[in-house]
Amino acid sequence: MKAYLPETASQTAGPYVHIGLAPDAAGFHIFEKNFGPVLVNGHTQGERIILEGRVFDGSGTPVRDVLLEIWQANADGRYNHPADRQEQKALDADFRGWGRSCSDFDTGIWRFDTIKPGAVTGRDGRMMAPHVNLWIVARGINIGLNTRMYFSDEQAANQKDPVLNLIEWEIRRNTLIGQREQRGNDIVYRFDIYLQGEQETVFFDL
Amino acid sequence: MTEKWTPREVVHRNYNDHPPAFAPGYKTSVLRSPRNALISLQNSLSEITGPVFTHDDLGPLDNDLIMNYAKDGLPIGERIIVHGYVRDGFGRPMKNTLVEVWQANAGGRYRHKKDQYLAPIDPNFGGCGRVLTDETGYYFFRTIKPGPYPWRNQASDWRPSHIHFSLSGEAFAQRLITQMYFEGDPLIKQCPIVKTINNDDAIRTLIAELDTHAAVPLDSLAYRFDLVLRGHRATLFENRTQGAAR
Repeated sequence: MKAYLPETASQTAGPYVHIGLAPDAAGFHIFEKNFGPVLVNGHTQGERIILEGRVFDGSGTPVRDVLLEIWQANADGRYNHPADRQEQKALDADFRGWGRSCSDFDTGIWRFDTIKPGAVTGRDGRMMAPHVNLWIVARGINIGLNTRMYFSDEQAANQKDPVLNLIEWEIRRNTLIGQREQRGNDIVYRFDIYLQGEQETVFFDL
Repeated sequence: MTEKWTPREVVHRNYNDHPPAFAPGYKTSVLRSPRNALISLQNSLSEITGPVFTHDDLGPLDNDLIMNYAKDGLPIGERIIVHGYVRDGFGRPMKNTLVEVWQANAGGRYRHKKDQYLAPIDPNFGGCGRVLTDETGYYFFRTIKPGPYPWRNQASDWRPSHIHFSLSGEAFAQRLITQMYFEGDPLIKQCPIVKTINNDDAIRTLIAELDTHAAVPLDSLAYRFDLVLRGHRATLFENRTQGAAR
């Protein structure tokens, strides 16, 4: 056997990704329990927020068949996963920290109902600013794209964030900041993603 | 989950084993591929952790695509079992990984409101399923072999028969979507989506083999499809003193 097995090759999720990952969006009901864009229940700790945006292609057209997943820490800055050993921080049994959302077939708008995450300790004990990890797949995307959303009202923490500071083109760091707005009683962070072109979002190789 | 884990880094991705983002033979990739290089990160907790799934998330028929949408009879087509192991790059079993699959019916038609292909919907076939790998990384599901279908790339392009796979892994950095093809299908070598991968060894990782030993006599044929996710390095996650230079 080889010393290290090559990873199975990625392929595009295609235009009908909803059938497998969000069948109700494809137009039929099959599973009793479905994964979706709501990460909170009545008991989840933390400030309720909505993340909302669109994904644009290189011509500026909204991508209307995109699927996104987010992965984030809880309000205390701890991930609901056994490899997170920040034991001084509380786990929240009512927060898995993961969700899945499809863009609307007409408008291209996607959204998540979640909480604002706390800060997580990064490498070498350096604090990372609060952020949400995103993964994006669609027809035409051969391998899932990874990015992060940071929060516009966390400027001081963002300036010290070790990942944002790794981006040597300072102007590109702005592409990762979700903009806070109040809409009625809701706190919404708008986060548009540009796959290609002038305003291209920063994507990471994790 | 209270089990103690040693936080471990995920081995970097070898992009030679994957298609590039920009692959003009697959036309949709032209406007949906970044022009800038990806920025490589060293793992933090954000990348080495990921969602945990349990059997409570699933229903009893979720891995049986022959029965999970049957209304007034069985779906039409070749009855098959698809099974295999999910491992990491070091050969360790990937336990408790969520495997989600979707596919067209025997005639190459998807149950999706955007699919307009003239081959008919099968009233007894939905086309999606999901399963968690067990302690040894093993998974299986039962389905109907999907048919090829035409698509608008070049006007005469046809996809080989394929099943879409999505795997969660244990870490968000292991997240993977791919497609499984069937041994011997002559459409594989002509397909612009297969050909986005510029490495024949990597293409071979996507082709399931006929597995007559696992077939159920007088009932179903079987195909074996193993998958590999990025490895977890055995060394400690943090091996520097706090405050040391990066």
